[in-house]
Amino acid sequence: MSAAPHPASQLGLAFSAGLLFSAGLVLSGMTQPLKVLGFLDITAIGKGPFPGLWDPTLAFVMGGAVCVTLLAFAWTRRISKTPLFDDQFHEPARSHIDLPLIGGAVLFGAGWGLVGYCPGPALASALLSTDALIFTAAMLAGMLICKTFLSKTAKIAD
Amino acid sequence: MLANLHPYLIAGLGGILIGLASWLLWWGLGRIAGVSSITSEVIASPVQTDSWRWAFLAGLILGGCLLGQGLEIPTLPARPLYLLIPAGLLVGFGTVWGNGCTSGHGVCGLGRLSARSLVAVGVFMATGMLVVTLMRGAA
Repeated sequence: MSAAPHPASQLGLAFSAGLLFSAGLVLSGMTQPLKVLGFLDITAIGKGPFPGLWDPTLAFVMGGAVCVTLLAFAWTRRISKTPLFDDQFHEPARSHIDLPLIGGAVLFGAGWGLVGYCPGPALASALLSTDALIFTAAMLAGMLICKTFLSKTAKIAD
Repeated sequence: MLANLHPYLIAGLGGILIGLASWLLWWGLGRIAGVSSITSEVIASPVQTDSWRWAFLAGLILGGCLLGQGLEIPTLPARPLYLLIPAGLLVGFGTVWGNGCTSGHGVCGLGRLSARSLVAVGVFMATGMLVVTLMRGAA
């Protein structure tokens, strides 16, 4: 934990980013699990003329988002040495492609494919739908279980 | 007005907002907008964690609620617990173990040209597609 140089600005900015993020999720249809499952149902592409019964909508969501981040991350690195309200960019430290990365992605993908929620949309609709709320509660439990498991294995490795 | 736009265009616009939100958090605070990382930090150490994480989640949850209601987005009747609970546990465990989800590895990781994230996105997309295909076959 570091002492934040601009506590109020940090909070305001993070809150606004959360709001904007949720607006994007709601608008794009990511909070509707059946649309997500319709996108993941890739074999439906063969049912009828292209795209068949496959729903490509979410490809446009990811496409739109990544177009922005590709430009924005490159540009931000160029124009500023530090973020507006902190003294450093917190780059993710890991760079190896390892078992936790792959294993975690497999487990996450399996849960995503079962019901159509990933973490953002689940939280963004948790107050509106019992379906999302139950999922979110289980997701939080899964996160805590993994954190506990990771701290135990880290101790054994020491 | 929105209703007149093609659904793919609305989806693209939604994606652009998600991208802008991720960039805002990076430029403003130098932080990756990874929903699973932020959420798991907050529940694992709710008091010690930096408070911007709480603020981001508050915006996400509140915004989702108000906008979902305002735009009358359809919600699903609750599906059976034997589906929701294992799925939630898998998503929670998997995103912490793999260090990210659709936002952290997808939107931010791909934007940062991270090879790690590209692999993660390929794996969770492929697994999701496989599980949906198997479920459709079983139904």
